[in-house]
Amino acid sequence: MSADFLFGVEVFLNGLMAGVMYALVALGFVLIFKSSGIFNYAQGVMALFAAQTLVGIQTGLIPFSHMINAVLGTKVHHFGWNVPTVVAILLTVGVMILFAIIVEKLILKHLVNQEPIILFMATIGLAYFLEGFGDLMWGAEIKKLDIGIPQGGNIWVEENTAFLGGDDFFGFYLDTLDIYAAVIAALLVTSLVLFSQYTKTGRALRAVADDHQAALSVGISLRTIWVIVWSIAGFVALVAGVMWGAKSGVQFSLSLIALKALPVLMLGGFTSIPGAIVGGLIIGVGEKMFEFLIGAPYLGGATENWFAYMLALLFLIFRPQGLFGEKIIERV
Amino acid sequence: MIYREVGDFKTTYRDDGQTFPIKFDRLRYYVVLAVAFCIVPFIVNDYWTNAVLLPFLIYAIAAIGLNILTGYCGQVSLGTGGFMAVGAYSCYKLMTGFPDLNIVFCVILSGGITALVGMLFGLPSLRIKGFYLAVATLAAQFFLVWLFNKVSWFYNYSASGQINAPERTILGVPITGAGTTAPVTYLFCLVFVVVLAILARNLTRGHLGRSWMAIRDMDIAAEIIGVNPLKAKLTAFGISSFYIGIAGALLFAVYLGAVEVGEVFGIQKSFLVLFMIIIGGLGSIFGSFAGAAFMVLLPVFLKNVLVGGLGWPTDIATHVEFAIVGALIVVFLILEPHGLAQLWKIIKEKLRLWPFPH
Repeated sequence: MSADFLFGVEVFLNGLMAGVMYALVALGFVLIFKSSGIFNYAQGVMALFAAQTLVGIQTGLIPFSHMINAVLGTKVHHFGWNVPTVVAILLTVGVMILFAIIVEKLILKHLVNQEPIILFMATIGLAYFLEGFGDLMWGAEIKKLDIGIPQGGNIWVEENTAFLGGDDFFGFYLDTLDIYAAVIAALLVTSLVLFSQYTKTGRALRAVADDHQAALSVGISLRTIWVIVWSIAGFVALVAGVMWGAKSGVQFSLSLIALKALPVLMLGGFTSIPGAIVGGLIIGVGEKMFEFLIGAPYLGGATENWFAYMLALLFLIFRPQGLFGEKIIERV
Repeated sequence: MIYREVGDFKTTYRDDGQTFPIKFDRLRYYVVLAVAFCIVPFIVNDYWTNAVLLPFLIYAIAAIGLNILTGYCGQVSLGTGGFMAVGAYSCYKLMTGFPDLNIVFCVILSGGITALVGMLFGLPSLRIKGFYLAVATLAAQFFLVWLFNKVSWFYNYSASGQINAPERTILGVPITGAGTTAPVTYLFCLVFVVVLAILARNLTRGHLGRSWMAIRDMDIAAEIIGVNPLKAKLTAFGISSFYIGIAGALLFAVYLGAVEVGEVFGIQKSFLVLFMIIIGGLGSIFGSFAGAAFMVLLPVFLKNVLVGGLGWPTDIATHVEFAIVGALIVVFLILEPHGLAQLWKIIKEKLRLWPFPH
């Protein structure tokens, strides 16, 4: 097999891995959109905030230390202990649940029955708030996130694929972290599907997603469901934040992955969990292959910034509800 | 007591349909115009012009533009930053390509070019609706910024990738470039703002504006009663982009002077203008001004209080600003989803009955 072809395959595989990461973020969007009709722009910032909190708890940072120092003139920064990873993750999950409760109490409760666009704007406001708040709480510098997943090329994959090419081919390069992310994402999706199919709460979630009023009339508490959904979305955000954070450091650009997830959603449809996965894979592979085949040689590179949006745009013209979205029926 | 329509008799349909039916409002409008044109230019200094007045005027134009599209026609757009970049770069190309062309025409023509680009990106709106469209306009945002970054023809092959406004004058007075003075740039922008705002007000209450609002309220019903959705949506995209393009051109040529596309016209700009029209009020020209004023003044105010008053470091002040802006937007949406314009309307209603409400 020729070297170009093998390199193409490697790009394809890496695209798949990137796609898994996109799908992970898109999943959080779909969960909230299905159950409350809210397009939650803050999902990306939630991932950033979750990752910041995890690092902060892990390394024993004192919350708001920058602000305290600025106001009181003290020089506090660390508690001086390191929390074990598992405990830190549990505490972070606790913080995200608390966050969900606060969002429900302070924002969602007051915005019931508003138009979707108003709710969307509210989540943009929430995103801004959370971004500022997270930076105030934990500091804005780039943090290193280490939860024990090895990084760098996976040697097993390299050794076992080296036979495919000639003497100068050393096997496919895949980041171990990406492989972990793919496995974790698969586990997460499976458990979410099982949860929503086989538990009482899951059934209630699906009922709310189908019809708010009907769900209310059979005695499902909408507000409890919202707290649960936002907590799950917070958990998904934590997973996404940890994966991206371990890959490229916990920093502001983490919140921009939300923007990457948007074309994934358009492609897959806002209401479909399989859609989010398939859409993520298509976008991940598509943008890497486009950059490899057309972008870098002919267009000067960096096409990854817009390719996903253009693909989604073209796609939507032919299928406005996305790949797996419910058919849009409009009545006057 | 003075604020009511009693005694102000309208004898023609023209009088009946005027923008300010109450005499006091008309008076106030002329006073504001007179102050803006005759008094402000003589008292402004460089700080006030650059920190507050110019951004306010320029963003007011952009906010009116986005309000036409989102507030009046109901098509949510997140591509404002990209369209402003089109305005800025076409203004730059016109200024350098035709050195003799008057700067006024440069700005208007760049608005026209942006309108064409806007209509092109507005085409999908005929098929896609709601959130899907909002995300689709992000395609315009990212693609346009990438384009202006990659194709060096747009920045005349300069090594830095920046565009710099050359000096252009009107009647010998420099409008752009290094030799400008605060009152001149202020007046130049003010003229554009006033003309465009009056134009927008009259467009939105005429035939075109009504067809936009019909599309916004329910597009299928509008289609059935005879509104052509193709025409309504594309004109909304075109005219909105025209305004946004002019705002971009003014932002680059008059206000900043030098622009790097990713920094100035990024996605944050799209959100900034969107915030302005939400806080100001969707579907209201006054709201566009109020929102622009609010979003321009708030950071200046916070910076003065936190950095100047309390002596906090600037990075912490920036984070606090983010948190406060975000929280304010949420609070606004909860208390008054229709923005400052609605508050203003409520105050006016109260004023009409004051001081004897019963």
